[in-house]
Amino acid sequence: MYFLNWPEKQREVPTEMKQFLIFVRKEFKHVFRDKKTLLMLFGLPVVQIVLFGFALTNEIKNSKVLIVDYSKDQATCSIIAKIEASTYFEIYSVTQDPLEMEKAFKKGKIKSGIIFPLNFSYDLHHSGKAQLSIIADGSDPNTATSLTNYLNSIVQDYIHQVSGSRTGLLFVKAETRMIYNPELKGAYNYVPGVMALVLLLVSVMMTSISIVREKEMGTMEVLLVSPFKPLLVILSKAIPYLLVSMVNLAIILLLSVFALGLPFAGSIGLFVLVSVLYIITGLSLGLLISSAAASQQAAMLMSVMGMLLPTMLFAGFMFPIENMPMPLQLFSNVVPAKWYYIIVKSIMIKGLGLSAIFKEVLILTGMTVFLLAVSLKKFKTRLE
Amino acid sequence: MEAVIKAEKLSKRFGDFIATNAVSFEVYPGEIFGFLGANGAGKTTAMRMLCGLSRPSSGSASIAGFDVYTQTEQIKKHIGYMSQKFSLYEDLTVVENIRLFGGIYGLSKEDVRVKTQGLLEHLKMEDQKNKLVGALPLGWKQKLAFSVAVFHKPRIVFLDEPTGGVDPITRRQFWDLIYEASQQGITVFVTTHYMDEAEYCNRVSIMVDGVIEALDTPAKLKSQYDAVSMEDVFFKLARKAKRGAD
Repeated sequence: MYFLNWPEKQREVPTEMKQFLIFVRKEFKHVFRDKKTLLMLFGLPVVQIVLFGFALTNEIKNSKVLIVDYSKDQATCSIIAKIEASTYFEIYSVTQDPLEMEKAFKKGKIKSGIIFPLNFSYDLHHSGKAQLSIIADGSDPNTATSLTNYLNSIVQDYIHQVSGSRTGLLFVKAETRMIYNPELKGAYNYVPGVMALVLLLVSVMMTSISIVREKEMGTMEVLLVSPFKPLLVILSKAIPYLLVSMVNLAIILLLSVFALGLPFAGSIGLFVLVSVLYIITGLSLGLLISSAAASQQAAMLMSVMGMLLPTMLFAGFMFPIENMPMPLQLFSNVVPAKWYYIIVKSIMIKGLGLSAIFKEVLILTGMTVFLLAVSLKKFKTRLE
Repeated sequence: MEAVIKAEKLSKRFGDFIATNAVSFEVYPGEIFGFLGANGAGKTTAMRMLCGLSRPSSGSASIAGFDVYTQTEQIKKHIGYMSQKFSLYEDLTVVENIRLFGGIYGLSKEDVRVKTQGLLEHLKMEDQKNKLVGALPLGWKQKLAFSVAVFHKPRIVFLDEPTGGVDPITRRQFWDLIYEASQQGITVFVTTHYMDEAEYCNRVSIMVDGVIEALDTPAKLKSQYDAVSMEDVFFKLARKAKRGAD
């Protein structure tokens, strides 16, 4: 072993930064050499978004509308003509029998319908106010929303035309009703949900597995005996998965905006910041799981059972939390995904700023600090 | 000669259970010290305390002149460690593993490069240098792991059952490496279950139920216990054990 006696230069104590970089590089190698996991990491969000998005989005073209017209006056005829003229709709039939509408809905002949009450035109021109009902088949929630929106805008368009020719504003109150699915959950709900799910899954599962793998392989012991700071071992593991999660976030965002046509109303900067916070929540959860799990399989199981299921059930994008029994509603408050989901929806869809989501961000921050503290403490006690 | 490992009445309690009970011994520079005992005798606990991984409950110990209570950071810089799980990264190549551990111990890039070359030549592994460690046979992994553990020329190298599951020829080669390292002045602290390996050690201690029952050269132990081999000595002592294996 003559190599041992090579006259070394002055050996320097590696700075923490240098140690950290050495280790981050090693972690990246682990991530990129594991092709199967890598495929899963980047494939998962794409598959989920495409599945959730396209399975729930339908292009609306020549959708059949049944009209129950009790009024049969100039206004209703004009509106019906406008509906007929649009490329979105085709009139199925115009009738005065409401039972016919019910039958057509049940047989699936129509996706939407309008009911004009008696004296529609009279009300509109004399009192300036009129009412009509728009009914849509909510069992296909996404389509139903679009249909009612389109129908409503055709009606409003007509009102706008006629009000232009007279003084004073006319007003039509369109009462929309979703039948079969009053909750109406759609793609706007799913995309933020998928984000909450994928980000958490990647950060929790990957961190816990990669730490437990070091324990299982015996390399953790060697690192602990080395001058390397245990905390840096953990931190350097977080970096690659933080990066992978950010790439995932970008993929999901691009897909949902450009492929699914979702709006991005709010501030991207705020969105990224909150997402980083949420990813850190996931990383600390992963660390916590890693101190409890003895094998990679156990870590995987704990992540899936402990993270995936509660996130799916209690984040609010699959099942409405407000319809759950009280104990479950209370439990949903400890699921980080619930808060992130609310935040994402507020920023992305509603375009709200920090002031509107302050409470949720605060709760998520509190959770993250708590989880991080507990998991670091557990990690330290385990070393002893 | 100044001892590199000094343990005085070193104890570790977990609740009511005394894993290591007032263990005292000294190990000298360049010595190959065998640390024997049945499973559950308290070897691992003692070794963890010496490596600075576990804080002793009482007693004192110093490693390379550093105190195990207060100077664990210093201790870590001056020791090497290898466990039965061969302690290298299987999804990194041979060279990457060497570079990683060299870097952790603060060797400069140039030193790592030159010493890596020397190490590969010595192990006759130049052809394998860009192979993933996971693809190497177990015996090679073990030899490589040992070379990496002493790569930064530590004062002491701790080997925790380093030859588990290896064939006798490779074990013999492995012990050649241990001898070479000890000739370079590196103290070797080794635990093992193979009694033929105990014969290779300069001195051997045998732990029974958390206490060191015997400590001497293999030759003296054999005559003291009137035994033909170290295996005999071990059986005579370990039979008294009341604790079961963990």
